[in-house]
Amino acid sequence: MRKGRYGAALAALAAVAVLLTACSTKKDSSVVERAKENNKLTIGVKFDQPGIGLKKPDGSVEGFDIDVATYIAKQLGVDAKNIAWKETRSVNRESFLQNGNVDLAVASYTINPNRKKKVGFAGPYYIAHQDIMVRSNDNSIQSFADLKGKRLCQVAGSNSWENITRGTNKLNQKQDVVLFPANSYDECMTKLRGKSVDVVSTDDVILAGFAARDPQNFKVVGAPFTDEKYGVGMKKGDKKSCEAVNMAIKKMYEDGSAQRFLEKNFGAAKFKYADTLPAFEPCS
Amino acid sequence: MDWNNFYDKLLNFGPFLEHSNEIWSGFLATIRLSAMAAVLALVLGTLLAAMRVSPVSVMRATATMYVNTLRNTPLTLILLFCGLGLRDTLGFMAQAAPTVSGYWLAVAGLSAYTAAFVCETLRSGINTVPIGQAEAARSVGLPFSQSLRLVILPQAFRAVIAPLGSVLIAMIKNTSVALVAGYFEATATMKQLFDDVGATVPLFFGFAIGYMILTLPTGLLFGWLAKRMAVTR
Repeated sequence: MRKGRYGAALAALAAVAVLLTACSTKKDSSVVERAKENNKLTIGVKFDQPGIGLKKPDGSVEGFDIDVATYIAKQLGVDAKNIAWKETRSVNRESFLQNGNVDLAVASYTINPNRKKKVGFAGPYYIAHQDIMVRSNDNSIQSFADLKGKRLCQVAGSNSWENITRGTNKLNQKQDVVLFPANSYDECMTKLRGKSVDVVSTDDVILAGFAARDPQNFKVVGAPFTDEKYGVGMKKGDKKSCEAVNMAIKKMYEDGSAQRFLEKNFGAAKFKYADTLPAFEPCS
Repeated sequence: MDWNNFYDKLLNFGPFLEHSNEIWSGFLATIRLSAMAAVLALVLGTLLAAMRVSPVSVMRATATMYVNTLRNTPLTLILLFCGLGLRDTLGFMAQAAPTVSGYWLAVAGLSAYTAAFVCETLRSGINTVPIGQAEAARSVGLPFSQSLRLVILPQAFRAVIAPLGSVLIAMIKNTSVALVAGYFEATATMKQLFDDVGATVPLFFGFAIGYMILTLPTGLLFGWLAKRMAVTR
């Protein structure tokens, strides 16, 4: 009797799981076609990265990714007012694209082989590099080698600290740092200001966004040691959209819009951004 | 959704085995934190309970205020105060090694919070001891501290072993927010794995099972103890 009840509960669970997966199977046509048809796009962006993608208290969003996404949408025939912005975090970008919760993801989204197995990428539209941020009066750290023995902010759920401790960087060097756990890069800034940590390290554009907010206290060292190709995420196999987005990115650099977006978002941070079109990865 | 995708998100326990080292050290950190916080919370909670039933009104008021404040404040806020407030802003323990300051600040926050619950549990235990016991202790000439220590508390503890077990279980699960105080434990490890393999269902289940391996035996042990140590009246 008891066992029978458990069996029924399991069967019910399985049924729910199957139903859930069945529900998410829809919308198979390509993003460009749907954008043209409905004049609507749902774009996944970061909501918590100043300079890249930040949601303001009044509900609007701003940042480099937002500007790029708006430009691309325009090229695909969707007006800025018809874009629905949705927050995508690092952990749910793949699922959101696969399930169709968002059409595109422009969310400081590094193209890598693991992710390519699950989703498609257009671009890159920018190549960021992991860099180092310190307090503005700290001159003891000028390069990657100077990190030895320093206290590094360790954000749970980000692989930036692993690039340093495991040597997954362009220099192929591991560095002995003292890890200081934190929940988010926002928290790291508080720790850096309060001298609990000496170094915050992640993509230079993210650091520049934070530095631009508070240039008196923070500076970006300018010692890049990884290449992070920021791509536009989409459903795997949507070659048509990938090519259309690539066209838009190319145009964005040719007509000077990209340079304008970079200056607008990172100009205040005294940070040397690259303003030329990166080489595209092949669409697949 | 194709079958591979479905398998990856719902049934693929592979990543769990691949990262077993990190997961083990994550849970080890959880155990270290729980063990120390449990001892300190028990000590502090007993002290608070004694204060709350003491004849000195200042002590009663102090303990009552402490319990009401800590018990009604979210744990995340208390731990954030310990980490971001005490250390990162006020500079308390800022020069200590992060593993040391993170650990002790998390222990401090967690045990300060749990002590309030231990105190209230123990106080309810004290209320189960018949008033005659206290009167008898007084009539043979024991002062307050001795009658509490020798007569009341031993009986009170034995009455609340099972509820104290619940408090301990809640505390073990509460360690999962210790990251905000700067302590890297099992849940932080899980978040880190999300970055590598995505937030898949097997990871959630795996970590839930990990916590249950810690909490289920705790519950059984305390249930058994409660039965064995029960005061027969």
